Amino acid sequence: MHIHQYEKLWLGMSLLLIVGFIATITYGAVGVGVTMVDDSGGNVNPNALDEHPEFSDPGVEQVGENEYEAHVVARQFIFQPDPIVVPANSTVTFYVTSADVIHGFSVVGTNANTMVIPGEVSEVTVEVNEAGEYGLICHEYCGSGHHTMEGILRVVPEGEYNSSDGGEQ
Amino acid sequence: MSVEQETFVDRYPQEAELVRRAFLVAFTALGLGALFGIIQALHRTNVLRFIPSTDYYTVLTAHGVLMVIVFTIFYLVGLYQWAITRSLDRSPTNINFTRAWLTLMTVGSALTGITILLGFVDQVGISADVLFTFYAPLQAHPLFYTGLVVFIIGTWLAGVDWFRTWLHWKQDNPDERIPLQTFMVLTSMIMWYVATIGVAVATLFFLLPWSLGFIETVNPLLTRTLFWFFGHPVVYFWLLPAYMLWYTVLPKLAGGRLFSDPLARVVFVLFVLLSTPVGIHHQYVDPGIAEGFKFIAMTNTMFLLLPSLLTAFTVVASMEHGARQRGGEGLFGWLTVLPWRDPAFTGMALAGLMFAAGGFSGMINAGMNINYLIHNTIWVPGHFHLTVGTAVALTFMAGTYWLWPQLTNRRIYSRPIGLLQVVMWFGGMALMSNSMHVAGLYGVPRRTAEPEYAGFDFNTAFGSISELNIQLAVGGTLLFVSTLLFLGNLGLSMGNPKVEGLGQSLPEPLSGASDSPRVLDNMKLWAGIALLLVALAYVLPLGAIIQNGGLFGMGGDAYPVSVLGAFDGLDAVRELLGVVR
Repeated sequence: MHIHQYEKLWLGMSLLLIVGFIATITYGAVGVGVTMVDDSGGNVNPNALDEHPEFSDPGVEQVGENEYEAHVVARQFIFQPDPIVVPANSTVTFYVTSADVIHGFSVVGTNANTMVIPGEVSEVTVEVNEAGEYGLICHEYCGSGHHTMEGILRVVPEGEYNSSDGGEQ
Repeated sequence: MSVEQETFVDRYPQEAELVRRAFLVAFTALGLGALFGIIQALHRTNVLRFIPSTDYYTVLTAHGVLMVIVFTIFYLVGLYQWAITRSLDRSPTNINFTRAWLTLMTVGSALTGITILLGFVDQVGISADVLFTFYAPLQAHPLFYTGLVVFIIGTWLAGVDWFRTWLHWKQDNPDERIPLQTFMVLTSMIMWYVATIGVAVATLFFLLPWSLGFIETVNPLLTRTLFWFFGHPVVYFWLLPAYMLWYTVLPKLAGGRLFSDPLARVVFVLFVLLSTPVGIHHQYVDPGIAEGFKFIAMTNTMFLLLPSLLTAFTVVASMEHGARQRGGEGLFGWLTVLPWRDPAFTGMALAGLMFAAGGFSGMINAGMNINYLIHNTIWVPGHFHLTVGTAVALTFMAGTYWLWPQLTNRRIYSRPIGLLQVVMWFGGMALMSNSMHVAGLYGVPRRTAEPEYAGFDFNTAFGSISELNIQLAVGGTLLFVSTLLFLGNLGLSMGNPKVEGLGQSLPEPLSGASDSPRVLDNMKLWAGIALLLVALAYVLPLGAIIQNGGLFGMGGDAYPVSVLGAFDGLDAVRELLGVVR
């Protein structure tokens, strides 16, 4: 097979680019430690969330010195709880599931972003830094009221966080 | 010379009629799709509103399905019917069979299309507001899934028809290499057969019986994964006919010849092999799929850049060759002698240029962990309006300016209007796509009717969200006007008198088929390897999804519950028949 010299050069550069991209992504995963949402959250029956030990009363709880877990239920067309309140400078693991259709869970302006699929639990761990209010949106079409499905992630200064209210304020 | 001047319709009048019929459906869908497109562009930017936001999703479903299923695939079957007949110089084995599959595809599209549009009429109680992706447990009326199945069966039979024509040709020409255009048709169809396994299983075994009430529940992650099994290769099914035009028609328009036939074959084989085992890259942020499977999809996706990068080389090299044949000189001076006044050439060249931009944003999407930032933001439609919305759509329109006279013996009504049309598309898309990409980086989601939320504002690094919205609305309006110019120009062409001597032949490549190894023509080999790669990429994740979440899911209801409401399966069938009658 005859391949022109320029074609060979272009082919070589293309392969280099591709390998470069894969290396970058791999570095992001292994070096920086950006893990992907995966199957670690397990499965639930979306019709039996009321009986679930955590999702029956969704909210935030402290699980370590600076570590928190937030259980969130997405349903047409709200997030529970709303607002979600967490302290600044902490590590928060979100467990998000759906009570009905497929939703999205995205903290606007950050890379906290996951699909929410009925039957599945999405587990996302994020580092929460400064205090402030972040918009929380459903980014997957979930029915005729989809555009109204939003919430707030409220990051409060460490001293102001009251662990007894489960982040429901 | 007499052979030179013979057009396709002179030589194959019946086939030309079928190609025109396929194009008629395609362009009807394009016109309707464009109408729904502008409604969205003006509604979600709050520029002009005349529908309630709850109807936005009916508009969005119609826009998506009409554009990327009906417009693209009907254009594909028309173009491929032309290409295989022309390149083999042979009629279909039985043209009634050709008519039959085209009719099936049309009936299926009409069923699905009407079911979607009935969503505007609340009294009827039939709807399919499920968007192009129809993720369960959102449920459409059974007619939506039925139409889809009928349509896909039609495309399968089209493939059977083309393979049969080729096999008969091969009996008569045992030692010849497969002509390049036929090679492209056959490889595209192998890819399509592999790809549609996913959507066929999802629809026939799960969604259709579920919508009829025969099964109670489905596993939403399973049907979603099966959708994307199909949902990524389908984008190459849109793209490959555009590639065919770039490889076989564009060099002629530029005044030259294709640079390399062997490399074109390699590119199409790479698409057969790699376009399906990548679908999980649409599910990077899905729960229930292990990171390793996402990593495999990511590496496969990155290697899929290769055939497109090779295409970029070949297309530009062929254009340069054509320009130098016309007397072009200098490092870049040759660009000036290209036929920029020809809308067919300029449209395809601009489409190719935009595809490069779309390729770059696609590389971001493909980057597994970078994807977190833009997943399901409006960045994503910004990306695919460059690819399917321009590389494909604009190439199809530009190709039509060249092909239409071959199919009708009539000249195009106005070349200047054609030129204005393709340039307007490019400009409109530059504005619309740019604003969508930028807004996506600020976190603005896709697939929503409203530009703002009640509880917070989007923060911009520069400019403002309202500026971006205006840019989007202006771009969308230009695209709509461009579509009208295209359809109007084509319609007025039918008033032109029939003339002789419009026939054009396609030149042989510089480096011909004989330069490429014969193994490239071994369709069974490539189909086998493609299936093996698909099995490697999908058996384990699908197995895990079923094992963890159950074949029919963990429970849960369908939404909206009113699609069939209280009817059981039998009633549903009765209702279905009643509607058909």
